[in-house]
Amino acid sequence: MSEPRKGIIPPQVAISRVNASLAARRAGERRFRTYGRIAIGIALAFLVLLFVSIFTKGIPGFFQYYVTLEVVVDREKIDPAGDLSVQSLYDGDARGIIRNALYKATGAEGRSGRKAAGKLISKGAEQRLREAIIKDPSLLGKTVAMKFALDDDADSFLRGYISSAVPEKDRRINDKQIEFINKLQKLQLISYDFSDYLIFGSASRDPEIAGIKGAFVGSMLTLAVCLVLAFPMGVATAVYLEEFAPKNRITEIIEVNINNLAAVPSVVFGILGLAVFIGIFGMPRSIPLIGGVVLALMTLPTIIISSRAAIRAVPPSIRDAALGVGASRLQTVTHHVLPLAMPGMLTGTIIGMAQALGETAPLLMIGMVAFIVDIPGGVTDPGTVLPVQIFMWADFAERMFIHKTSAAIIVLLGFLILMNAIAIFIRNRLERRW
Amino acid sequence: MSSPVIALIVLLISLGYFFVGTRLTSGLAPNGSRYHSRPHYSGLYAALLAFLPSSLLLVTLSVGDDLVFQRLALEFVPEAVSSAEGFKEIIVLAQIENVVNGINFGEQADYIYQAAEAWKGWLATATTLKTVSVIGLCLITGFFGFLKLGPDFRSRNAVERIILAILASSSAIAILTTIGIVFSVVFESLRFFALVPVTEFLFGLTWNPQFEGAERAGSGQMGLATYGSVPLFMGTFLISVVALSVAVPVGLFSAIYLSEYASSRARSIIKPLLEILAGVPTVVYGFFAALTVAPFIRSTGMSLGLDVASESALAAGLVMGIMIIPFVSSLSDDVINAVPQSLRDAAYGLGSTKSEAIRKVVLPAALPGVVASVLLAVSRAVGETMIVVMAAGLAANLSLNPLDAVTTVTSQIVTILVGDQEFESAKTLSAFALALTLIVITLGLNFGALQIVKKYREQYE
Repeated sequence: MSEPRKGIIPPQVAISRVNASLAARRAGERRFRTYGRIAIGIALAFLVLLFVSIFTKGIPGFFQYYVTLEVVVDREKIDPAGDLSVQSLYDGDARGIIRNALYKATGAEGRSGRKAAGKLISKGAEQRLREAIIKDPSLLGKTVAMKFALDDDADSFLRGYISSAVPEKDRRINDKQIEFINKLQKLQLISYDFSDYLIFGSASRDPEIAGIKGAFVGSMLTLAVCLVLAFPMGVATAVYLEEFAPKNRITEIIEVNINNLAAVPSVVFGILGLAVFIGIFGMPRSIPLIGGVVLALMTLPTIIISSRAAIRAVPPSIRDAALGVGASRLQTVTHHVLPLAMPGMLTGTIIGMAQALGETAPLLMIGMVAFIVDIPGGVTDPGTVLPVQIFMWADFAERMFIHKTSAAIIVLLGFLILMNAIAIFIRNRLERRW
Repeated sequence: MSSPVIALIVLLISLGYFFVGTRLTSGLAPNGSRYHSRPHYSGLYAALLAFLPSSLLLVTLSVGDDLVFQRLALEFVPEAVSSAEGFKEIIVLAQIENVVNGINFGEQADYIYQAAEAWKGWLATATTLKTVSVIGLCLITGFFGFLKLGPDFRSRNAVERIILAILASSSAIAILTTIGIVFSVVFESLRFFALVPVTEFLFGLTWNPQFEGAERAGSGQMGLATYGSVPLFMGTFLISVVALSVAVPVGLFSAIYLSEYASSRARSIIKPLLEILAGVPTVVYGFFAALTVAPFIRSTGMSLGLDVASESALAAGLVMGIMIIPFVSSLSDDVINAVPQSLRDAAYGLGSTKSEAIRKVVLPAALPGVVASVLLAVSRAVGETMIVVMAAGLAANLSLNPLDAVTTVTSQIVTILVGDQEFESAKTLSAFALALTLIVITLGLNFGALQIVKKYREQYE
């Protein structure tokens, strides 16, 4: 046995020191674990807060107040030309017909009374009446009960955002209108129903008739262009890089490029679209075609990276077997590797599409933020998309737009969740583990 | 004929070649010998040969004709007009195209009508030319391929070569995109720097862009436009710091807890939940920040006697921090999981507690990866757009107080480039210069992250 060296302590001392420090160390252990729990708690709390805040605002956005009126559809008045053409209906006095029904229901009299009553009903009511007549011309000359949206100020009052205790000149709705609303309510003509305008209406400055149909169609068109471009190109690139590319400089440059593109902020892709497609090629702004191309370039790296992972996951023995029975390299890929890797590629593609569906900034750059009432009929018609619609609505001051915006967000989130659920389903059910 | 119709005809002709080619090479050749490849490869060869060159030509012509017309149309503009002050090609071209498309806004100058007439003529000629040349090319190249088919022709190999070329060229799209980004940004930036000195842009302390009209009329509050980007970068920096001070601790501790403490069941529930945060569209976060978080922070600050701007950097940064939690946590989770169990076992063997093993062994081993994940989170934060556009305001204040309103590089890009703009003005061009710096910064951060991982990664095999 050698002499105990300096700095080395006898076992008993060591044990007693360790024992003395144990309590502190165990406390440290507990503290550390608590930090982790707190961190996860904070993250999940944010998640819950986000969803609760969106849903509490958004659920009321799916509903709005309607008033049911007995409309006397006077043939002469609404259809002066008598041919039921759109032009004739626009020349006709649909507004007057609705107003008369309203005056009758509210008992509004005099100029100011009628003016106040007229403001209660949405500007979209006339359009609704015209559409109803085009759909069913037998209504002409009859008296029918029809449901019209209330104006957003009346709607806000009924939701309780405008208090009648506030002095009359400080609120957007006057005493007379409140009196009329109360009367209509007593007559049980006002109903709180599912807002068909939200789903089937197009963009409008009037919150009560604004809807997401146009934006939704625009989103689908944009996404279709994006999918048609990004999926074949992404898969082709992935196949080339994994199966055929020689290991040389050019391949390396391509790979570095793809990784860099994945890191470029999305707004930059919008600038690319603006400068190249609109600036150089002179294509029109706001069209889903350019939106789709820009989003395709943006999602391409995601699709390529996940497709490469899926191809790499196919075991080499499959390829060897195919080559062994005389298949060419391309046949090996198209007959064996691609079908086996397809679930993985689809998962990546759906996730990429979900990303594209939620993307806003690049589409702002190419002008898809324009106010467009018409529902786009094709990829070259100007349009907007859901996230941009949400962005535009978020800027409007009317109280009702907050609800509509949140409702639109719920629709968007619903689609994203659906897409991700499909991706997870494909991953769990169809993907093979080797 | 319009382009879609031509495309349809090309497709039909190609299909025809496919069937004829397949039919011809079915069975035995006339001299009794066998064909090298299976029949559909022969058909495919003829069809590809018919389809590819003609569709390429069609795309080129459809995209290119406008460009040629524009050059030609400018010839009609009199010397006196084009050399005059304030002449804008784009406006003249738009006027001409409006006349061509039958959209008239009042009376235009004579030369515009002349150019429009000529344009209509060119359009008719070009359409005829396009129809004839594309369909002709389709027929000729297809027939050429068809002629080659024979018992000795290896059509499968030929088809595979063509498909391989298609695969290779589609992988070149990534390079083309990069080139497109670089060119679109660099050229406009160079034009901007011709108008505004680089030093003013990089070191100037006031950002006050204005359209030239406003400058000339002197209607801007500050008079001359100034393009000092320091306040924007300070704003970006401030918001990113707020975001990271939320995301890094929360994300890192979540990752540690999930990979070291949580049961596999808890992990399988919590991890996807955290990743939902990354899947929520940024515009939703922007809405949340502007309508829920910012008013809350403002009212809380007010009740504490603090002066809080209604669009404070704190609100935008906080929400951005929530958004990037999953980036930090899932990347850190991966690197912590990659630390081999033997290191932990060794630490336990020496008597350390779990937290000591994590702090003194696992984290130092995983540090490069953690740093890389933080750098990637920074690059996310710098490039994030919608949250700051909706929640961070537009006032270019030079401030490091998170309760002030600041603006960022991305939100200025969006503000400047959204809507109609004069393409030539310094204000519009400044957005491209901002985008250039943004790209440089984010790519630099990513490159840095990659280098750190490469250089310091421990190899445990």
